[in-house]
Amino acid sequence: MLRVSLREISAALKEGRVSPTELCQRCLSFIKATKFLNAYITIAEDTALKQAEESEERYRRGQILGDLDGIPVAVKDNFNTAGIETTCASNMLKGYIPPYSATVVQKLLDQGAVLLGKTNLDEFAMGSGSTDGIFGPVRNPWSYSRQYREKSVQNSHTENEDSNWLVTGGSSGGSAAAVSSFTCFAALGSDTGGSTRNPAAHCGVVGLKPTYGLISRHGLIPLVNSMDVPGILTRCVDDAAIVLGVLAGHDPKDSTTVQDPFKPFELTSFIDASKLCIGIPKEYHAPGLSSETLALWSKAADLFENAGAKVIEVSLPHTRYSIICYHVLCTAEVASNMARFDGLEYGHRSSMDKSTEVMYAATRREGFNDVVRGRILSGNYFLLKQNYETYFIKAQKVRRLIANDFVNVFRNGIDVLLTPTTLSDTIPYVEFIKEDNRTRSAQDDIFTQAANMAGLPAITVPTALSEKGLPIGLQFIGRAFQEQQLLTVAKWFENQVKFPMIQLQGMMDHGHTVCRHQKSAFFS
Amino acid sequence: MRKSGGGRMWILRFGRYIRGAPSGGASYWGGLSPGRRFTQAAAGGSDGRQDAAGDPRRRGRVYQNPTWQHVEQRPLPEKKVTVEVFDHLERLALVDFRNWEGVQRLEKAIQFADQLHAVNTEGVEPMDSVLEDRCLYLREDNITEGNCSEELLRNARETVEEYFIAPPGNIPLPKLEERDTFLQVSE
Repeated sequence: MLRVSLREISAALKEGRVSPTELCQRCLSFIKATKFLNAYITIAEDTALKQAEESEERYRRGQILGDLDGIPVAVKDNFNTAGIETTCASNMLKGYIPPYSATVVQKLLDQGAVLLGKTNLDEFAMGSGSTDGIFGPVRNPWSYSRQYREKSVQNSHTENEDSNWLVTGGSSGGSAAAVSSFTCFAALGSDTGGSTRNPAAHCGVVGLKPTYGLISRHGLIPLVNSMDVPGILTRCVDDAAIVLGVLAGHDPKDSTTVQDPFKPFELTSFIDASKLCIGIPKEYHAPGLSSETLALWSKAADLFENAGAKVIEVSLPHTRYSIICYHVLCTAEVASNMARFDGLEYGHRSSMDKSTEVMYAATRREGFNDVVRGRILSGNYFLLKQNYETYFIKAQKVRRLIANDFVNVFRNGIDVLLTPTTLSDTIPYVEFIKEDNRTRSAQDDIFTQAANMAGLPAITVPTALSEKGLPIGLQFIGRAFQEQQLLTVAKWFENQVKFPMIQLQGMMDHGHTVCRHQKSAFFS
Repeated sequence: MRKSGGGRMWILRFGRYIRGAPSGGASYWGGLSPGRRFTQAAAGGSDGRQDAAGDPRRRGRVYQNPTWQHVEQRPLPEKKVTVEVFDHLERLALVDFRNWEGVQRLEKAIQFADQLHAVNTEGVEPMDSVLEDRCLYLREDNITEGNCSEELLRNARETVEEYFIAPPGNIPLPKLEERDTFLQVSE
């Protein structure tokens, strides 16, 4: 039952085939069974059960709040949640209990969703592997899938099964792993440089990055103010549209949200592909792109063409500089945003108190890990008076060139761009840690961060399995605020490729055992 | 740059078909066998796409080879980042380098960022935000919430009545020679 989509489980709840409390309990026990994935930092068991009971009461009275009523969801741990510990996987905020909830979290709760817990991430969302938080790395559920295990038995040398697990990608790896391993039906992530789409592609789920300014960032602990957006992770494109419909819209508490009214939409299954124009940016064949991903990208282009769409090669000439530009702007904004952590009003506080400066320095030394400190120092370097013009302003100019590249392409009649999401499928943790965080981010974010620079919506759709049995995703980038068109194309593509469901050995049996004990009429 | 395939050689040849593995009998690419289509196209294009035929670099619309290469990063000139700058950064950021790795991390970051200078940005205005064409929303100056000082003070470690307690201010960090910092050792 946990394997179905959000839409299907919502229908089941409305028809009374399953109750919210039963669903919540199953998800909670499944979370316990998949604890070794380390996807969750905090599990809000008591509040979740209470929310589920309230939802059940509403179903009984026939007064449900919407499609999300009673649906278990998870939220990345850099969103503030009132009364539930929010840590950003950092010592700086360990034990911090926010007095308010982020707007997006509140919107989910107002629709009756059941918040299961907070998911794991890279510390302060800095990283592309979900390996650098203080609670440890997140394991990719596909490491335990039958598809991967069968292939690795054929290919592998004698390696200890348990030590060769794969990374989820980052930084919203916990959210991606939670959705992929069926412990929740939707999860919130954040996307600054690809942090939602990267783990979504590696975990075989749908990852949507909405247009900058569509969804409120109030309550999302900021990394890069001009590029952050809350991201949505679900198992299919329809579900992403449902969640987007709930979250999007102007928020008076976030003045960077646009004031245009947002109308939630339903996706049609049929599109007239002959009216579509798909762009293939040639610079997205970057060095290091795996031949499997390349082949899938080619096949996807062919797929659209055979359906009657116009598939045109386009050029985004500044692509190769976008990762460097992102690096400068990201570290500069991070240096500014991390300045709020001084230990005075919240978070960790050092016991050294000779002066405020000494206390701040000691607090930040104790609270931040290497990655965060490294980015703060780099950012400060680029913002020094002598470097401001040559690095920061230069990067802002390059940003405009990159954004203009996209504007030009879309102005020439392209509806949607089709690109790879990642260079290849995911790799084992022991290999991932051979390079440092910055190098990995520079490699892994190469296709995803341009959309953040330009503020455009982008979605990754799981496309096929690699030879190792691991998911590869392809990315669609759309015009600003045209999520309906983007999601329609993505949904059509999803229906064509029919990505296989993950087959988790042993874990589903446990789920069945729980099912039998609870005598539910609804069987998976 | 990490080679794809984890050690196995992936040779990119025109017309070579790498198949992802479907499982559980899941239908794949709408039922049409992809292998067959690829060999058909390789034979010279029975699908009528004139530009694909004859151009060995292109398969349909996707280039088969990378269209650009990473530039060899130039090493930093001798002593570009001096100890004074490192010290200055530690004071500004109130964060320490801690060890050689920290220092090297910054040097590598600067090396990486130096590649930006190759871009011609003559006459281009810097971009602060993608929403620069719009006005930020300003709400009415009415009090809608507040009176939550207890909640806010709860998160602070040291408070007295309704005050956050800070150590004495206006005392600058000790100078490099007197500070307990890695940079002193590295001199």
